[in-house]
Amino acid sequence: MAKQQLNRREFFSFLTVGWVAFTAATAGLLSLAFRFSYPNVNFEPEMEFLAGGPSEFEAGVDERYKNGFGVWMVKQDGKLFALSNICTHLGCIPSWMPAEKKFKCPCHGSGYYMSGINFEGPAPRPLERYKVSLTPEGKIRVDKTKVYRYEKGEWNNPNSFISV
Amino acid sequence: MKHFINIIADPIFSFPIFSLLFFAMIKWYRVVGTKKFAWIFLAISVPVTVWFLADPQFIKIILWPDNIPINILVILIVFLTWFPLYKAAENDKRLEQGLEPVEALPENREKVWAWPNLVYTELFAIIAGTIFLVVWAIIFKAPLEEPANPTWAPNPAKAPWYFLGLQEMLVYFDPWMAGVVLPGLIVVGLIAIPYLDTNPKGNGYYCFQDRKFAITGFLYGWLVLWIYLIIVGTFLRGPNWTFYGPFEYWDFHKVVAEYNVNLSEFLWLKWLNTSMPKNIFVREALGIALTFAYLIGLPFISLKTKFGKDLLEKVGTMRYYIVIFLVISMGSLPIKMVLRWLFSLKYIVALPEIELNL
Repeated sequence: MAKQQLNRREFFSFLTVGWVAFTAATAGLLSLAFRFSYPNVNFEPEMEFLAGGPSEFEAGVDERYKNGFGVWMVKQDGKLFALSNICTHLGCIPSWMPAEKKFKCPCHGSGYYMSGINFEGPAPRPLERYKVSLTPEGKIRVDKTKVYRYEKGEWNNPNSFISV
Repeated sequence: MKHFINIIADPIFSFPIFSLLFFAMIKWYRVVGTKKFAWIFLAISVPVTVWFLADPQFIKIILWPDNIPINILVILIVFLTWFPLYKAAENDKRLEQGLEPVEALPENREKVWAWPNLVYTELFAIIAGTIFLVVWAIIFKAPLEEPANPTWAPNPAKAPWYFLGLQEMLVYFDPWMAGVVLPGLIVVGLIAIPYLDTNPKGNGYYCFQDRKFAITGFLYGWLVLWIYLIIVGTFLRGPNWTFYGPFEYWDFHKVVAEYNVNLSEFLWLKWLNTSMPKNIFVREALGIALTFAYLIGLPFISLKTKFGKDLLEKVGTMRYYIVIFLVISMGSLPIKMVLRWLFSLKYIVALPEIELNL
């Protein structure tokens, strides 16, 4: 029996089919790997939220919005402001210690007063404050996309607090 | 006694003590590097360890699953520090008598085949290592915690044990310095050692006399600035990264009087008794000047000393400046730690406006 041989045209069509199949398989695998690198559930807190009316807050630190949104609502000296809960040293989450009246970071021991000013440990600057405003219904809207930094003199900005 | 140990374990005391012990060990390495010393050390340290372990608070920290590798590491480090000193002391004595080092003796120069001698040893090491890890994994459960939450952190929040030295450094530095610049310099410096070290001696045999500076410098960085900090970070740092003695209960509300002040605040508010200048670079002028003096002045000042002259002659200009730069970078850590303890100094240059703090 004569040996069946591929001619030039047939060889190239086989090669094309094979190459397309290989590319498709690789692309499929890569897209799966790419999808895998994204989380199925995202626990990122919302960047903007409503935090009740100003009358709901008593003087001192309010932790209601800390676990959901990463914000402490602090009422001090006639001002109500939204304090970021991200340590300015290396981004850990400090905890509020009511007995000592300070925020204390568990990672490197940075300490902040109720106002957010740093006083102990390695933190180089005070905690950041977020933009707060009143909605027409009298609720507080906290906007975390806009931050106010003390060392830049931004805490006097009227958007960084609500007078109560 | 336990109270006394709790007090001296505080880095303020234990760091100088550990440094002094280190330099004593280097100075009297011929006493340390004997079998007699090793046996006496063992005879003393075993009962002391047993006494430590009898304390409920101490044993709780020691047996925390995360801390088991560090216990093993501490024991290994002690042996692996003593062993080269023992070998070096032996060789140095022979070299002084005009003999060749032990490694150069005819019976030690004999060569063997990699197969089977080396490969068998490696195979055995792989099997032993696997058995060890399997047994470990069965005995100690991985300390898994709850799912990650971006608005909450465990207290204390500890890095993996091999990074605890870095985490301890971060207490004294800005994250850019202790998290990026200094670790980068450590890696680059370690890579650069073979190119900086032009000393042909000590090649293939243990010795100390021929390589005093290299061995002392490396061991100080390794034992005091790395291993010691890992031990402190592991065993002696509790909630809020506050220091707790080895027998001290981890009280969440332990009060530590600490109020840190920048050098610029010392200068303008305390010494000159005026207000802080508006211009941030004028404000930090003293710190910037001191930093430049430290980084640029010191290499030239050290040229005046005998040590600097010898080093320059041996290794050449370029290598000299690189070596001195690495040494003074390494020295910045103990300097910063001591300044923090003595004067509650936070940053020498504090420019949070442009994220630069030294």
